[in-house]
This record gives sequence, C-alpha cells and structure tokens, in this order.
Amino acid sequence: MKVRYFAWMKRTVGVAEEQVEPPADVRTVADLVAWLRTRSGGHAEALAEGAAFGAAVDHRTAPFDTPLTGAEEVAFFPPFTGG
Amino acid sequence: MAVRVQEADFDVGAEVEALTGGNKRIGGLTLFVGLVREMHVREGLHRERIDALTLEHYPGMTEKALEEIEAEAHRRWPLEATLIVHRHGRLAAGDRIVLVAVGSPHREAAFEACAFLVDWLKTKAPFWKLEDTPAGEKWVGAHEGDDAAAKRWEKS
Repeated sequence: MKVRYFAWMKRTVGVAEEQVEPPADVRTVADLVAWLRTRSGGHAEALAEGAAFGAAVDHRTAPFDTPLTGAEEVAFFPPFTGG
Repeated sequence: MAVRVQEADFDVGAEVEALTGGNKRIGGLTLFVGLVREMHVREGLHRERIDALTLEHYPGMTEKALEEIEAEAHRRWPLEATLIVHRHGRLAAGDRIVLVAVGSPHREAAFEACAFLVDWLKTKAPFWKLEDTPAGEKWVGAHEGDDAAAKRWEKS
C-alpha cells in the first residue's frame, strides 16, 4: 500500500510518500503506525506515541482502530489548519 | 452545490453572480471571505512579521471532505445554493484564501449554514498552513478555538 505524509510529518519522516508491504499481522491503522515506527528514526519521531497526528484511509479520515482490509492509500497528517 | 480547490484567486462578485443567477427562490445570500492575516511570531526576544504563507493540501481527499461538509449543510438547512472555493499554494498577507457562499429562501438558514461550513472546513478539510518566518519555515499549530467552534455543530 501507499503511505503518505503531510506538513511537518513529511519533513520529519524524510519522504512525502512510500510504498510499503506490511506483514499480515498489521491489521489496523494503529498496527501500521507501530510497524512504521521501526522503519527509521524519522518515522519513530513523526509517529511517536503522544504526537498529535491523524490518519486517513483511502481519502477518508479514519480513527486508529480502522481496519486496513483492502486499503490502497493511508495518510498521516497533523491537525488541519485551513480556512 | 459546488466545491473548488485552486491556486488562482477568485472574483467574489463573479462567483455570486454565477451562483445565484436565475434562481429566484433565493431570498438570502450569505458570504464568508477569509483573508491571509498579517501575523507576528516571537523568535526569542524579537517579534517578527510574517508576510506570506504556503497552504498545503491533500489532493483527492480535500475535495471529498469539502463535498461531505457541503452535503451535511444541505441535510441540515433548506438551501438553494452553496459554494466553497479554497485556495492553496503561496499566499501573501491580504490575499483571499477561502470563499463560502450560501443561498437560501430565508436568512436564518443562510447565516447558520455559512457559519457551519466555515467552522467545519477549518477542522475537517485537509489543509495545513506553513508560515515563512525570518528563522525559516514554521507549521501553524491547530487552534483550540477552532475545535470548540466546530463542536457546537455536533449533534448529540
């Protein structure tokens, strides 16, 4: 699946997007966050426990218990500041 | 109903004309135009003025999120016409950043739905402001008041 990062998370992780193949026991957004943290220091920092960020699965805001079944694109981002 | 995300500026008069033209059921039209405000940041002992910012968004999700917010407004109020235009990219202080326009047979619905749309788009549409400060780039933090404003429209 494709994972995308926005705003400061993109800078901290070091890439705007990446293609990943998580293991089968990665079933939810929370599982994916925990797995991504192990990829690099930047990932660990951007996705740290307690950091204020949200997620979207296939372009829809998704709570962390959302299952990843069939998901093509998961995005992580800080709180929105538009308007 | 229409939603647009664009880099270009918009002409408020032309947008209103296109939105309401020929629709004689509209008795009240409300508009919100958001502008880039000149801001100041504290850098140690100094206060620095910020003259520009860059708005990043999530193409694909942004349009969908705005359409859902717009559809929710139509479920809650009897509306004849709605328009959301949100800019992205680099913007200078004084520039127009967002337009929300709502036409309804009656003013109460137009006022309320317009406030609802602005409050919800601030907290539910994927935009992020990046300020250009003399010390470098700085991502704008979310504003607690915006969350409170958005929450007042949540149904219990």
